[in-house]
Parts: sequence; C-alpha cells; structure tokens
Amino acid sequence: MSNVDVILKEGLAALDAAADLVELEQVKARYLGKSGALTELLKQLGKLSPEERKTAGATINAAKQAFETRHNEVRDGFNAAKLAAQLAAESLDVTLPGRGILPAGLHPVTLTLERITGLFATMGFEVADGPEIESDFHNFQALNIPENHPARAMQDTFYVEGGDVLRTHTSPIQVRYMLDNQPPIKIVAPGRVYRVDSDATHSPMFHQMEGLWIDQNVSFADLKATITEFLRRFFERDDMQVRFRPSFFPFTETSAEIDVLDEQGRWLEVGGSGMVHPNVLRNVGIDPEKYTGFAFGIGLDRFAMLRYGVNDLRLFFENDLTFLKQFN
Amino acid sequence: MQFSEQWLRSRVNPSLSTDQLSYLLTMAGLEVEEVNAAAPAFSGVVIGEVKECEKHENADRLRVTKVDVGTGELVQIVCGAPNVAVGVKVPCALPGAILPGDFRIKPTKMRGVESGGMLCSGKELGVPDEVDGLMLLPADAPVGQNIRDYLGLDDSLFTLKITPNRADCLSIRGIAREVAALTGSPLAAWDIAAVAPQSDSKLAVGIADGAPCGRYVGRVVKNVNAAAPTPDWMKRRLERSGLRSISAIVDITNYILLEQGQPMHAFDLNKIDGGITVRMAEAGEKLVCLNEKEIELTPDLMVIADAAKPLAIAGIMGGLDSGVTSASRDIFLESAFFLPEAIAGKARALGFGSDSSYRYERGVDFALQTEAIERATALVLEICGGEPGPLTETVSALPARASVAVRTARVARVLGVMLAADEIAAIFTRLGLPFEQNADGFVVSAPSFRFDIAIEEDLIEEIARVYGYDNIPANAPVAAQTMLSQPEGLRVRSEVRRLLAGRDFQEIVSYAFVEEKWERDFAGNHNPVRLINPIASQMSVMRSSLIGGLVDTLAANLNRKHSRVRVFEIARVFHKQADGSVQQPEVIAGLAHGSRVDEQWGSKAERVDFYDIKADVEALLYPRVAEYRKAAHPAFHPGRCAEVLLDGAVVGVLGELHPQWVQAYGLTNAPVLFELAVEAAEQVGRVKLAPVSKFQPVRRDLALVVAEEVSVATLQQAMLAVAPEFVRELALFDLYRGKGVDEGKKSLAFRIVLQAADRTLVDDEVEQAVAAMLAAAEAAGAVLRA
Repeated sequence: MSNVDVILKEGLAALDAAADLVELEQVKARYLGKSGALTELLKQLGKLSPEERKTAGATINAAKQAFETRHNEVRDGFNAAKLAAQLAAESLDVTLPGRGILPAGLHPVTLTLERITGLFATMGFEVADGPEIESDFHNFQALNIPENHPARAMQDTFYVEGGDVLRTHTSPIQVRYMLDNQPPIKIVAPGRVYRVDSDATHSPMFHQMEGLWIDQNVSFADLKATITEFLRRFFERDDMQVRFRPSFFPFTETSAEIDVLDEQGRWLEVGGSGMVHPNVLRNVGIDPEKYTGFAFGIGLDRFAMLRYGVNDLRLFFENDLTFLKQFN
Repeated sequence: MQFSEQWLRSRVNPSLSTDQLSYLLTMAGLEVEEVNAAAPAFSGVVIGEVKECEKHENADRLRVTKVDVGTGELVQIVCGAPNVAVGVKVPCALPGAILPGDFRIKPTKMRGVESGGMLCSGKELGVPDEVDGLMLLPADAPVGQNIRDYLGLDDSLFTLKITPNRADCLSIRGIAREVAALTGSPLAAWDIAAVAPQSDSKLAVGIADGAPCGRYVGRVVKNVNAAAPTPDWMKRRLERSGLRSISAIVDITNYILLEQGQPMHAFDLNKIDGGITVRMAEAGEKLVCLNEKEIELTPDLMVIADAAKPLAIAGIMGGLDSGVTSASRDIFLESAFFLPEAIAGKARALGFGSDSSYRYERGVDFALQTEAIERATALVLEICGGEPGPLTETVSALPARASVAVRTARVARVLGVMLAADEIAAIFTRLGLPFEQNADGFVVSAPSFRFDIAIEEDLIEEIARVYGYDNIPANAPVAAQTMLSQPEGLRVRSEVRRLLAGRDFQEIVSYAFVEEKWERDFAGNHNPVRLINPIASQMSVMRSSLIGGLVDTLAANLNRKHSRVRVFEIARVFHKQADGSVQQPEVIAGLAHGSRVDEQWGSKAERVDFYDIKADVEALLYPRVAEYRKAAHPAFHPGRCAEVLLDGAVVGVLGELHPQWVQAYGLTNAPVLFELAVEAAEQVGRVKLAPVSKFQPVRRDLALVVAEEVSVATLQQAMLAVAPEFVRELALFDLYRGKGVDEGKKSLAFRIVLQAADRTLVDDEVEQAVAAMLAAAEAAGAVLRA
C-alpha cells in the first residue's frame, strides 16, 4: 500500500469518526489544510521526475477527490440530521383547533326566504317590499275585503292608534306595487305579518311571502305550473305531488288552496292562490279585460318548519342560540 | 259545520266510500277538516231484555240474570250494574263479541255461576251516556237487533270548513244539493206540505221602513206540550252535529237550522205584548240575550220588537225573557230572511254570535222561509202537539238576482284550458244554475240560495270547480324573457346578513311589538306607536329600535348558560311623526357580549368592547368610511357611545349598554351594540379606480403626545387639512399610556405614507409636508414625543 493510500484510508476513517460539523472541519483541515497530510504530499511532487510526477499527481488528486466526496457526504449527513432535529422540534399538534372566530349564521326563516326568492328569481320574479303598519285601504279594501266582510273574521287584526292596522298578510305589497307599476308584473314579496293569535302553530307575528304575476294571458294553468315547479325545486323532490283545491279568498277568483303530499302520504296545506280578482285589478287601475294574472301566498315559517323538521313555531321566535346555531 | 254522514246519505247516497266522499267534498271546495267515527269499532252486541234477575248466592253486588236476546232461549248472564232489573232492555255482548279496546267476550264462571255474555254500559261501548250503569234502551227496542244498527253507530261525523262564500252549504239540504251536483246521484226532495191551520190565532207582523228584513214568516201554535221529550232520532242528529239537546221546541228550531239552513226562533207567545215589529233598535234600549248578557242596543242593530220592547236581536240572538221554555204553552215561530249586510260584522262588534248570525251574515236562501216554518210546525205538532194558526208572511225588499254573462273565450283565457260550450252547459245544469246560451257563451241567473254569483269570474270559478282543478293542465308558462336588474353599487340584503354572520353574529327574529318600558329605556321614546288590541301588555307598542329585542335575547340566552352571545337582527322600526303618520325604516342592529373569541387555547380571554363593535360597523359600511362622533343616547354609557355619520348625515349609533340597564335587565356585564339604517350598509357605491403609482412610496412616523380629551379624529383632521395631495395615507398605528408619558396624556403614533402619481418625491417635499402636518398637530395641542 502506498503512502497515499494509507493517508487516504486514515483520512476517510477520521471523517467517518467526526462527532459533529466542527470536528469534521478539523479533520478536513488536517488533510486538506495548508499543512494537511494530502497537501503535504502534493508539495513533495516537485521533487519527483516529470514522469513520476504525472502518475503520483494523479494518484494524490484522486485521493484528494475521494476525501472531499466523503467529506461532503458526511457534512450533508450532519446537516440533514440537524434539519431533521429542528423539524422534529418544531412539529405542532395539528389537532388543536384553529385560532379566532368561526362564522355564525342566518335565522332559518331567513334561509328559507332567501332560498325561495332565489328560486323565483330564476323565473324572473323580482322582490318587492312594503310597510308593516298599513292602511285599511291597502290591507283590506283594495283587496276586495270591505268593512264587515265575513272574511275579516278570518284574520284577527291588530289595530294601531289612528285606525291603521298591522298588515295581516303580505298582499298589501301587491296592491302598492300594482298602483306604482303597469303590467307585466312579476314579483314576490316576503315580509313579517301580524294576527291576534298565539299557540304552538300560531304566532302573533310570522312571515309570509306573496307572489304575483300579471300579464296579458296569465292563466290558472300557469299558476298550477309555476307553483308546482317551485314546490318541487324547494323540497328537491321532482315527483312531489301537488294538489290545487277550490277555496275562497276575497282577492282572488278562481281561488285554490295548495296542498302537497308529504312522505307519510298526508296532504299538507302549504299556501293559498288564485286568479287575481277583477275588482282588485280595477282598484289599482289595471284593466281586467286586458290583463289577467295570479297571486299566491305562502307561510315562510311553515316552509321552514317543513323543510327543517321543526314542529313548534314558537322556536323561531325564542332565539335560543342552541336552536339557531344548528342552522349554521 | 259538523254533520252525520248517515243524515246526508238519507238525502243523497252516491256510491262512494266515506273516504271518497270526503275527498270529493274537499276537492270541490268544501274542505273536510275531520272525519270521526260516531262510535269505536265493536261487534257481537245485540239488544237484550232482562227477563229474570236474582241475587248471586256468593256475591252481594252481583245479580244473575236471564236475558232474552231473540234466539228463543234465555241466556244466563252475571251482572254487577246497579240498574239491572227485570224488564230493562240493554245492550248485550254475546260470546264472540269484541268490545272497544279489543275486549273479547267468552262464556265464563263468576263466583261459581255460569255467565254467557255481558250486559253493557254506554261507556263500555265507547258511546258514553249519563246513566250510572247499563245503557237503558227504549221499551220498543227490538230484542235481538244488532245494537250498532239500532243506534246507527256505523256513522261518521264530518267537519267541514265552509268558506264565507258558500253559505248555501251550511245545511244538510245544501250539502246534499252539492253532492248531487258533483256526483249526479239523485237527491231526495223534502216535499214539505203545508200544515192546515187549526185556529185563527196569529200575530200581526210589520217590517219598519228601511229595516233590512226581506221576509218575515210567523206562526202561532197554541197548547203545545213544550216539556215533551225530544225523540231519540232528532237528539242523535243534533248531537252528531255538535249541538246539545235543550228542549223539544228549541231542538226543533236547531234541527231546522241544520237540516234546511234556515235559522228559526221560537217565542213564548204570552211574553209578547201586541204585534211584532221588525225595526232598528233605538238608542238606550236594552235587552238581556239568551246568553244572559245585557246588551245596550245601538241603532245599527235590527231588533224584533213587540209594542213595548225589543224581544230579540234580529238574526243574532233571542231575548232571555221572551224565549220559549219547557213551561211555555203557546208559542210563536219565526222564520225570517235578514239581509246579510244587516248582520255582517255585528257579531264581531257584540263579542258574540250564534249559529244563526253565522248563516245570516253569509246569506240564507231567501226563498226558504215558508218551507222551513211548515217543516218546523209539522215537527212541533208531531212531538209537542198543539193547534197551529195560519202562516203570516210579510215581505219587504228581497235581494235582486241579476243575470251574469260568461264568455266561453274568457273561460279559456282565465283557466288556460279550452272548454266546449256544451261542457259548460252541462256543469251549469248539474249545479242547478238556470242559463241561456248565446253566441259568446251564457247568461246565468243565480238561484236564491247562492250569494256568490254576481260577476263573470264567479261563474268561471264554478266551472273550474266542477270541471275539476285536477283536470286543468299545469303547462309551463310561456312569456317574454327579461333579466332582473342587479345594481352593482348596491350590496344586496343577503350579503349584508352574511357579512355579519361571517363575523360571528347569529341572526335572530324578535317581535315587533314590545314592552312600553323598552321604548323609554332604550330609545328615549315616550310616544311610541301603540296597539289598540295588544295580545299582552308586554307586547303593546311598536318598537322604534331593535335594541330591546337584542338585550332581551341576551338575557334569555344568559339564562340558558350561553355566556358569549353575538346576535343581530334586521327589521322595520316604527317612528311616530308629528302629523300622526308613521315612518317605518329598516334597520340593522347587533349585540356582542362575553369574550371576544370563543374561549380557547390560542387567545387570551378578553371581553368584547366598544372598539370590537366599531370594527363590525366599519366592516358593514366598508368601503365607505364613516365619521364617528361622541354622542348621548338613552341606551348607552354616556362616555362610550358614538353616532355614525355618512356624508354628514347620522345613519346610526353604537355604544356600550348603560350600566343602569345592565343592572335593571339582570345582566352582569355590559354588552356592546350598534344600530344602523340598513340602507347605509347597502349603498356601497361602484368602484372608482385610482391610477396605480409607479413611484416609490415614502413612510414617515410621527409619535405625538396629547391630552386624553383630544380625540384621534381631531388630530387627524388637523393634519389632513394641511396635507398636500401626495399624502396617501395617515393612520394611527399605536396608542401608548404609561411610563414615559405623563398622567392624563397619551402617546399616539401615526404612519404617514407619501406617494405621488407622477414622480419620485424629493426629500424636501417629504420633510416639508411632514413638518406642516406636525405643526398642525401641535396647534391642536400635540407635542412631538421625545
């Protein structure tokens, strides 16, 4: 074994034995530093003949390269181990919850309202709005409900000082809209309404949504199609059975209650509808010979109850966060 | 309207099951709310007659009976009922019988004695009566007959929800007519014959001028036995219609009301002073009604009066004093037609109505009075005996029945289905609507029993109803397609809601009527909009602010052990104006209480404060920047309240709840709240793009020491007033109190960012600008922090 091989062997062993990066660099200096063992061998090349110098030089350079390669390997090893140790030390419990706040949410009746107005928007129905303290004219008379009409007993009315009423339905919105706009008219009008009634299925304040479509040839067939389509989209049941049943409302004729067949096979009443009564159209300055149309009204609270399986209407107005947050 | 299916089927009997009949009525607009069996299911019970009745040798309370059940052999039955006796006819359950509750009857031994069945009480058969013990049947009850047949127990009670337009269906006669029209089944007519008078007794009747009584038919019947018992068949029909049996004569008038739809009244003839006048009441007159209420009559009420006094409120309720009793000997029967508009609304005004007023205000068949009184008289004679006098009929103005035209083309246009003329004609024929056909369609005259046929649409509805709503197609509508507008400068309502929900505010809905105290405490409103008929005193005024509802929701949720409560509501509020009108703007209000974030490992538990809620308000209004001005508000801590201004106009308020309300409303810590006009959060405006400068911005910081009373806004405004246009930003980034800053002072650190759109700023301009701003701040009381 030549001197070079011996030195290289010792050098490689010293690199392998280095305990850390500092020691590793010290080993490197011992072999490749200014007076390192391999450096010394190179210095002695000048004493050799050109022939010998060439061979010995190549041998020494190969040894030097082998040493450097090993040195780099060992150094990378130390660095990798150091990084690994750092990473291990920095690791987190990823199961700890995130910092800060989570969103809250909307009231189930609002969710229902937004969903329904959204569905109707896809059919071109605009949202209309109106006051909640209404005149007798807008709430009753314009809707073909004169004073002393038995239909007034169907709706127990809250009166405010001065003779106005808390609207008993969202229908006055359609009156206001028709007074301000000529057909074609295509609106939905959600809002709070009030009746003197309070138990598990009645709240003195609740939510309704009125729909109205007036144009030159809007028919009862259109009413059936529009409402059936809406109910199927809302309940996400393409085969939902919808039934229209003759009824009476002073402001519509031909009038129909709307029933749906629930999953237990029972018919549930979900709203009222009908062709707008010609007296109503006349009251707002629309010619019933020229225009026809339909109107419908649904209870938003009732739709929310059906959709989310809520069985007590009062839950919607108690504002218990444990209840409300389930809808978030 | 409740009635017995058997009663209806006695007049019209279509081949439909009970369920099918129910569906038919519902789909014709006579909504069936309920169908209940007259009695629960049971079988094997027949009429038995007790022939022998001996004491049980081993039991004091038991009797050993021998009962004839029509089989030719007596059956021995042991019975414990107190009223068992020889000769009684009672229901007898024979071996094999199944009683309600799946109670099976078998031959058995009771205390050693064979018993081959059970004698039954009404309760045991599910048809409770008032008898203590066995159900006692009349002496003529046929032994051996099935008790269900004898008592007509295979019957259903229908409850209909009759809409106000269909008063013609408030009787068996009317419903039968409707069922016949809908099914084509034959209708058994009543064929009511006139009763021959047996005396000349009569009472003069006059209808005063203008009194809205169309027809008044009366008859005297003398020497009746008013104490006679009401026959069982009549009692049963009354009871199955929800009416209690009272006395024979009253039962007969009620029976006519149910059967014919004609309200009737029976007076005690001897309480009537002179003749009858139908007139309007005079102010000051009083009447004690049958319900024992004394009514102060008003001139808008029509009365039936004698020479001296009012006897009854026409069409609504009789007087207590003049009404027939079981002691009455001579009676006067009334069968009248009062105009609907004379009765409408009166029951509501009086606070009570009756089955009569319910029918009159909706419309009673004005051709029916004579038939009804003839039928009633016949029943009186049959049940109570007596000598009838002649009928007296007084007619005033009866309703006119105009002919109504309906065009075949209009039917198609409104219903969306083409009906042939002969189809329509067939429908009118079935409904009993007389019509004439012409080129365009039909001219129909409404019969006297219909009050809902006045215009073309009324007939279209009738056509649709009988044709069947189910048979009208549901065609997808065909219409011009238009897009809805979507103004970009408007933040839509759902975005406003979701913005707050995203900041951890839960939406609530609270009542618009509140306690008057809330209005005073939280809005300083001493003159709220008051309800005339509130449902409860704590719901008596309309709110002008949502704060009360939020505080109340907080208190309720604290009780439910939620300590961190963040809620908001959007609703209308109500402001009474000087002229009495009410403004009803929509507002959005929020409340935060408890820790800033949910109690968790990563954040210190810090209570939410004014500046948290201010950030929420800033976010709601963003990108618009509001001005916040210290303000006084009844709901809020006087030092921790600001009004919010946009373009100089106040759009809302925010603050910390006043400590006095914290205590008064049972809270422990003060919540922070805001209330804004919804419009302010919606009107965000469209983007106005500014050029992006290519030149480097320069930042300079200024730390200023200033007295506590000097607001940040004061300094900012002073500095901005002198800032050149290239000052792009002036923002507070630090606030310090404590060591190094004198007591009563604070140190404010501002960041000034300077950047010109068209050039790199030179040092001089920057330094001059900063110096000018500093000078302005100093003029406002600030000192550059050393």
